[in-house]
Amino acid sequence: MSGLDSLFGVHPAALEFQRQRMEVLASNIANADTPGYQAKDLDFNKVLQQAAQNAAAPAAANASSALTHPAHIPLEGGISQDMQKAATVYRVATQPSVDGNTVDVQTEQAAYAESALHYQASMSFIDYRLKSLMTAITGN
Amino acid sequence: MSTFKIFDIAGSALSAQSLRLNTVASNLANADAVSGDPTKVYKARMPVFRAEPGTEGSATAGVQVLGVVESQAEAQKRYEPGHPLADAQGYVYAPNVNTVEEMVNMISASRAYQGSVEVMNTAKDLALRTLNLGK
Repeated sequence: MSGLDSLFGVHPAALEFQRQRMEVLASNIANADTPGYQAKDLDFNKVLQQAAQNAAAPAAANASSALTHPAHIPLEGGISQDMQKAATVYRVATQPSVDGNTVDVQTEQAAYAESALHYQASMSFIDYRLKSLMTAITGN
Repeated sequence: MSTFKIFDIAGSALSAQSLRLNTVASNLANADAVSGDPTKVYKARMPVFRAEPGTEGSATAGVQVLGVVESQAEAQKRYEPGHPLADAQGYVYAPNVNTVEEMVNMISASRAYQGSVEVMNTAKDLALRTLNLGK
């Protein structure tokens, strides 16, 4: 497990983060017409800081996933609910509306596209790694 | 895995926006349905949206239609004594539907619907590419 983890580097965790960010942005787009809804986003810097702290204190990082069997493999490199909560930031409205909604659909769509691109980039890296692994296994 | 949460969220937006389109269609269809009684004339309907309850603390939330309300604006009073539905004073009452407002609502709903479809398409493409990793 850990051997494969080092092979893929940061990318599995990056995929997880981008997926969560895309969920948040999809919520913003879905609620573009909901009165009083405040647009949110995930701050990558905060997630990175949290992950660095968790790496320094591994016991705290694993506290969220309970291991009930000695054969269970602890979750590594994931983004827990607590981390997501800490990294959630509210968008500052560029064009405030009367009903209190702070969603700017164009901004959200751009952020969603950006997030999707990052997701694809990480996926490409994993793909290349898998392909080189296959080359090593099959020898051609 | 909650990979398909995006589909739930965007799906809730699709159903909410299509309901909004339905009310617009209903309002436009009945824009000229006059009546001789101001209390019985058709009233413009509109949906009320809210973020899905129980998701206040979380970063993600779908959208929910709380209900459909009727506009309380007054019916338009028109003097048409020749109209078969006219009341004793010769007035008929037209619905309080503002056609311009409805057209704007329609465009807004249709754009929001398209946006959510795009969100779903992107999520679907990424999910498919993830399934094809290493192939």
